[in-house]
Amino acid sequence: MHPALFGTMAALLVASALSVILQRSPIRSALSLVVTLFLLAVVFLFLDAQLLAALQVIVYAGAVMVLFLFVIMLLNLQEDRPAMAKVAVRGAAAFIASLFVLAAVRFIVGGAPSTGTTAMSTAVSADFGSTEAVATLLFTRFLLAFEVTGVLLLVAIVGAVVLAKRRLV
Amino acid sequence: MSPVSVEPYLILSAILFAIGAVGVVLRRNIIVMFMSIELMLNAVNLTFVALARHLQAAEGQVAVFFVMTVAAAEAAVGLAIIIAAFRNRETVNADELNWLRW
Repeated sequence: MHPALFGTMAALLVASALSVILQRSPIRSALSLVVTLFLLAVVFLFLDAQLLAALQVIVYAGAVMVLFLFVIMLLNLQEDRPAMAKVAVRGAAAFIASLFVLAAVRFIVGGAPSTGTTAMSTAVSADFGSTEAVATLLFTRFLLAFEVTGVLLLVAIVGAVVLAKRRLV
Repeated sequence: MSPVSVEPYLILSAILFAIGAVGVVLRRNIIVMFMSIELMLNAVNLTFVALARHLQAAEGQVAVFFVMTVAAAEAAVGLAIIIAAFRNRETVNADELNWLRW
């Protein structure tokens, strides 16, 4: 990805992510999250992950976010007046955030000798990230995990239906 | 065209993760806290995809596939719990959902 293009995408991503946590109305948070997920799908495309970009849009920006919006509208939430936590908690949050970013920057920039080796190679095999390449791995080396995932989804469906039923216990 | 190396992606991912973590701590609306968790999961996905591309290893993309599946399951069950909690307490404020507090 071209540096200027990456900078634009990164700025948009950070802005929309901040919008998710700073909007007072949950609906606006959810819509900001949709924007964030779409932007991430674009970044995935630039990283040669075509299948994952498509899945990101279909599963995340599609199914999961529709679920979120549906629940927000179902509960008919008003804007929460004390939307933010107490001042002490805010300080803790700022501390956590700076810790994460500093640790990451220190680890990534200062930790490893970053001369040439970290530059991403432009040459990548033609089918890297294609549905076929990922699916081949999925159905050979990760077959057991794939099957377990199916069971997990079944359990999640049944669990969600039971939990959301009107009379619980 | 000079391609971007892998570090900017990792830093961007760390920033997104930090924003998600702050959202969980800062916001009291459990739905927004939940969305912040999704944000953190996506930040990790970005790390996986960037490193998969960097190391030319499609295994990273398979990992993202599994993360997405678990996230979808988690969203379904979590939102069902939120609906059940809202039926009982008429609130989605995390400070008021304190059945388990001693």
